[in-house]
Amino acid sequence: MANNVNNNVGPKRLVVGAHYGMRDWLAQRVTAVVMVAYTAILLITFLTGQNFSYEGWAGLFAQQWFKLISAVTLFALFYHAWVGVRDVWMDYVKPVGLRLTLQAATILWLIACAAWSVQIIWSV
Amino acid sequence: MSEAVRVAPKKERPEFRNIHVTELSNYRMPLSAIVSILHRISGVIIFVLLPFILYLLQESLRSEISYAHYQGFVTYPLVKLIILGLVWAFLHHMFAGVRHLVMDLHIGLDKDSARKSSAAVLALSLTLTVLVALKLFGVF
Repeated sequence: MANNVNNNVGPKRLVVGAHYGMRDWLAQRVTAVVMVAYTAILLITFLTGQNFSYEGWAGLFAQQWFKLISAVTLFALFYHAWVGVRDVWMDYVKPVGLRLTLQAATILWLIACAAWSVQIIWSV
Repeated sequence: MSEAVRVAPKKERPEFRNIHVTELSNYRMPLSAIVSILHRISGVIIFVLLPFILYLLQESLRSEISYAHYQGFVTYPLVKLIILGLVWAFLHHMFAGVRHLVMDLHIGLDKDSARKSSAAVLALSLTLTVLVALKLFGVF
């Protein structure tokens, strides 16, 4: 990469090769681990929980640390979904225009979901 | 030299291509391929149902009134079925994903272990889904 900077811009940009997509590959795995960790926290909370009414549920989300890890996990989910859904479009949708439209729509949709989840988490 | 090349009989070279969609039904997929395609399908299901998940979270959290509404909403059989579908998708995607992460560490890459781990993924996700189904529809 570093030895030929000119390959990173314009029509000669390198779009195939060993490290192309490495960042997304890694991001997908890191976000996956975040989600597994959050699942474990939820499971422990459920198994040790006593108050299964609205107060208990809302009380859990009322704490700042839980709001934050919930938000981080949902953002991880949306990034993870972006990588996965982009792979699906790349595999099955061959016309470039349609694929680009679908990819753009996916990004906008996931950003909307992220905004919505912030609203939900900080509503309690 | 060039003549020698020209008279050499052309050998029929075997050509390997991806199978066509229409050939899928008579292609016996190995267990790991089934886990793989279900990993993709379950991921797409979760993506498509994201607004449903966020809606449930919103109703469960916003207020005591919306919580009561949420409790009523999740008693509809169709809603229960959708939730069950999501539970399966989540369980399968998680276990298959953990299998991926382990394989990324170069553990269990050979054919035999890959088959065993895919069988384990299916056994775990399907058993837990059945348990959730029984709980959801009030068997215990």
